[in-house]
Amino acid sequence: MTLLAASAAAAEPSCYSRLTNEWFCGQYVRDYQQEITDATIQHLGITIAAVVLGVLIAFPLALIARRLPRLETGILGTATAIYTIPSLALLPLMVPFTGISATTVVIALALYALTVLVRSMLEGLRSVPSGVRESARGMGYGATRLLFLVELPLALPVIMAGLRVATVSTVALTTVGSLVSYGGLGNLIKDGVTSNFRAELMTASILCVLIAVLFDVLIVFAQWLLTPWTRGVRA
Amino acid sequence: MDPGGAGVIVISDTWDYLTDPANWTGDDGMLHLLVQQLLLSFTALVVAALIGLPIALWLGHLGRGNLLAINVSNVGRAVPTFALLAFLVTADWPGTAEFGPYGRAGLATIIALTLFALPPIITNANVGIREVSPAVRQAADGMGMSGWQKFARVELPLAASLILLGLRLAVVQVWATATIAALVAGPGLGNVITEGFYRTNYGQGIAGAVVVAVVALVLEVLAALAQRVLDPNPRAPRTKRRRGMSAVPPMVTEAAEPPRP
Repeated sequence: MTLLAASAAAAEPSCYSRLTNEWFCGQYVRDYQQEITDATIQHLGITIAAVVLGVLIAFPLALIARRLPRLETGILGTATAIYTIPSLALLPLMVPFTGISATTVVIALALYALTVLVRSMLEGLRSVPSGVRESARGMGYGATRLLFLVELPLALPVIMAGLRVATVSTVALTTVGSLVSYGGLGNLIKDGVTSNFRAELMTASILCVLIAVLFDVLIVFAQWLLTPWTRGVRA
Repeated sequence: MDPGGAGVIVISDTWDYLTDPANWTGDDGMLHLLVQQLLLSFTALVVAALIGLPIALWLGHLGRGNLLAINVSNVGRAVPTFALLAFLVTADWPGTAEFGPYGRAGLATIIALTLFALPPIITNANVGIREVSPAVRQAADGMGMSGWQKFARVELPLAASLILLGLRLAVVQVWATATIAALVAGPGLGNVITEGFYRTNYGQGIAGAVVVAVVALVLEVLAALAQRVLDPNPRAPRTKRRRGMSAVPPMVTEAAEPPRP
C-alpha cells in the first residue's frame, strides 16, 4: 500500500516541482504551511501596527488643521508630498533612522496612510452640521465632550470610509517591505520571483487580496456596529 | 557602533555615491536608468489614457459607469503592484525578455504600469462626465445639439478638471510602480535601490531612493502645473476653506482617490 503510494508519487512529481511549476498547488500549501502562516502573521502585524500608528498621528493633526486653518495647507501639503514619494524609495530614506527593521516598514506605511486619514478626518468633522454643534454647546457640552460625544460619532461614516481606503492600500503596500526583509507575504512573493516558484507567488498574492477584503469587511461591520442610528433611518 | 553613528555613516556614503560622476554615467549609470524609467512611465501613461479615457468618457456620456468606476479603483487598491509585476515576470509571457529601449522585463513592466494607471484615469473621467448637471445637459438638448456636440462642447469641457486630475494622479502612480519594478528584476532606477540593499551597500540604496523621490516630487509639481494650465474651467473659489497656492492642490473627494504608491 505504502509502496503503491510512493510509486505513484514518483511517477507524478508534486505540483510545485521544478518540472511542472504549477500556479495553483495544494501540496505546496500543505508542505509550507508553517512558512505561509508566519508570513501571514507578520503581514497582519505590520499592517495593523501601521494603520493604528497612522490613526494616532492623523487624529491630532486633523484637530490642529481644523483649529488653525493657517496650518491646514502645510499639513495637507506635507502629507501629500510624502504620498508622492514611491514606497520603494521611502523605505530606504527611513533606514538611516530606524535601521533594517519592521519599525522602518511600519513607520513608512503609517506615513502613507496619513494622507487619506487626515483628509477624511477633516472632511468628517466638517460634515457635522453647525446647528448640531451649537445645540450641544447650548446644552453645556465643553470642547472635549463636544468632540468625542457629538462630533466624532457624526463624523464616523466619512472617517471610516477613509480608514477603509487607508487599510486596504496598506495591506497591499506591506509587500514592498520585502526590500528590508519585513514584507510579510511580500517576502514570499519576492522569493517566488527569484526562485521562479509559481505556487509560492500565487498563494502569497491571493492571501494578500484576501486579507485586504477581510479588513474591508471588518471595518464596514465595525461601522455598522458603531453607528446604530444610521440603520433606523434607512429602514 | 551606536545606531546614531551608523546613520551618519550611511548618510555620508549616500552623499559620496551621489557626488561620484561615475555612478551617473555609463550603461548602468543613474542617468541612463532615469531616462529609461521616464520613458517607461510616459509610455504606460499614454497607453492607459488611450485605453481608459474613451471607455470612461463614453460610459459617462451615457450616464453609466458608476459600478465600473468604483470597482476599478477598489480592485486597483487591493491588488499589490508588486504581486502583479511578479506574475507578469514569472509567467511564460511576457516574462523577463528585453523589450526595445525599455530594458529587461520591459514589456511586463509596461503592462503592469498601464494597468495601475487605469483606475485613477477611468474613475475621474467617468465621474467628471456624469457629474455634469442635468440642467446643463437639458439646456444643450434644448439648443438642438446632437449627442456628439453635447459631449464635445458641453460635457467634455466641464469634466476637464477631473479628467486632468485623474491623469495627474496616474503620473504619480506610474512613477511609483515603475520603481517597484526593480524588485522583480525589471528596468529603471529602482535597481539602484534594490542592488544597494541586496549587497548591503546602504549608501547606494539610499542614494537611489533620493533620486527617485526628488524626481517624483518634480513630476508631481509639473503635473500640477500642467493641470492648472490646461484646465479650461476657472478655478472654483474655495470660499469656506482657506488654501494657499501650494504646489499640490487639494484632491476632490470621492472621485479623486489618491493612487497607491
